[in-house]
Amino acid sequence: MGQTVAQKILARAAGLPSVNVGDVVEPAVDLAMSHENTALVINQFLEVFAGTGLEPRVWDPSKIAVIFDHRVPAESAKTATNQKKVREFAAAQGIAKFHDVRGDQGGICHQVLAEEGYDRPGYVIVGADSHTTSHGALGALAFGVGATELASVWALGRAVNIQVPASIKVVLRGRLGSAVAPKDIILHLVGLLSAEGANFKVIEFHGEATSAMPTSGRLVLCNMSVEAGATSGIVPADAETVRYLRDEAGVADPLDLVQPDADAAYDRVIEVDVAALAPQIACPHTVDNVKAIDAVAGTKVHQIVIGSCTNGRLDDLEVAAAALRGRTIAKGVRMLVFPASWKIYREAMRRGYLADLIEAGAVVMNPGCGCCLGVHQGALGDGEVALSTTNRNFKGRMGNPKGEVYLCSPAVAAASAVAGVITDPRKGGQ
Amino acid sequence: MSKVVFALGDDISTDDIYPGRFMATVLPSETPQYCFADHAEFNGKLKSGQVPAGSIVLARNNFGCGSSREQAASTLQGHGLVIVARSFARIFMQNAINLGLRVVVAPEVEGSEGDELEVGPEKVVNRTTGKSYGIVPLPKARQAIIDAGGLIPYTRKRVLEKAG
Repeated sequence: MGQTVAQKILARAAGLPSVNVGDVVEPAVDLAMSHENTALVINQFLEVFAGTGLEPRVWDPSKIAVIFDHRVPAESAKTATNQKKVREFAAAQGIAKFHDVRGDQGGICHQVLAEEGYDRPGYVIVGADSHTTSHGALGALAFGVGATELASVWALGRAVNIQVPASIKVVLRGRLGSAVAPKDIILHLVGLLSAEGANFKVIEFHGEATSAMPTSGRLVLCNMSVEAGATSGIVPADAETVRYLRDEAGVADPLDLVQPDADAAYDRVIEVDVAALAPQIACPHTVDNVKAIDAVAGTKVHQIVIGSCTNGRLDDLEVAAAALRGRTIAKGVRMLVFPASWKIYREAMRRGYLADLIEAGAVVMNPGCGCCLGVHQGALGDGEVALSTTNRNFKGRMGNPKGEVYLCSPAVAAASAVAGVITDPRKGGQ
Repeated sequence: MSKVVFALGDDISTDDIYPGRFMATVLPSETPQYCFADHAEFNGKLKSGQVPAGSIVLARNNFGCGSSREQAASTLQGHGLVIVARSFARIFMQNAINLGLRVVVAPEVEGSEGDELEVGPEKVVNRTTGKSYGIVPLPKARQAIIDAGGLIPYTRKRVLEKAG
């Protein structure tokens, strides 16, 4: 029986010729990532070594990445103190892939790993963040874990007792229509699968729409695979993966473009004709409550958010800037923009996108996650409605259980910012 | 026998269990105060000590979906709660096992707040309604961690073995 990409990567990392779905393996980890919650990882890591008489040393500092993004700059003395503790630990352990709070580097962890070339096809990547699924966009098997599990990886260099997951093959057919984006595909798919439709499984993306999609779009697909419960989303590495890593991330090393076998066994196969898709909206309060835009067009919004690890990339800002250039955001609407990284921020500044957005009335924030998860800036007022390009709309997500969050693509967010109500970007400006 | 102190529906997210705005608090000794913080009545009962350890939170499918935040497991564990659900989201389930929070998968379980449940090794019996429901064993991959009493003692053992 043939092997899926996930099986091949796990077999290689476990030192086995092949693995079956359900086998228990201990893959060697190629990259272990965490953000502010590194403070808790350190706590648990030191706990592992307590009473052993051994010096607490991470297994391989070159394979650890630590990126501050969740609450930057620190919103409280508590966070600042934890960041200080992490900064000192990273220095003491020799962790070079450490990205502090500064404008010449860093940003949101999932963008930073990709653009710094830390991600590679064939890698096993674990991250103490559920959206670690993002890194499947570059052909890696990447999954989220809790802080204690990451501490265990720091100590052992392996993810212990991993059960080989089954894969769902998603074939994306056709070409995306104008003003329809990878975000609309993944929202549609999460709606189709439900919030737990891929729980304990990997989503492997195929089809001509996947092949034609740049890495920026593949990151969106894989990022939100976890919203269907998936362990990982993965796009088998191809020419675009090589282009991105060589030309954009500056990777010169040989790359292992792991492919699934033609006779790989899948849990199920889902075909989606992307040409037929309208812009999609995930309605409050679950990500799988997805509707085509017509069902909610006209809904009044108070806050528009463009950004996050899902949709804060340069092409997203380009779409927003083009839609807002020379226009004005509707009265009573505030628009917050969070580029996904400082590299993107600087390039958007050079290209004039940030000026276009600010002159239209947007507030451009520093790269970070705070608004998306309701912990730092951009909270909603009671009864307010947000339309956001982020990835979750759970009750309370944007800092207030009495607020509502709708999720959409950057094109929908930008058109709606001008109109003040949820607006189909294909129907033109107001 | 234990009482169901909180009965919930499908897709209870980690934002629901432990809202993102309390993410700066990370230590298991400090997270219990924010358990279900946006459910003021239940949070109040927990904080005022009205919920005995071993009490049951009953949910339907996909309990713990969303964020990987470990606070969602430590906050429940801090109150000694047992979570009985039809299914759990992967990362939450792993976090629960890693920390030693008791989670029970009973795919057909039914019950309401106030019901008395008996949670055995193979089935959950709702003594209030008289119905019983099969339990699905936790993933076999995790048994060694459960047997060790959690991932920290398990990893410590492995580190010591490696050091010889």
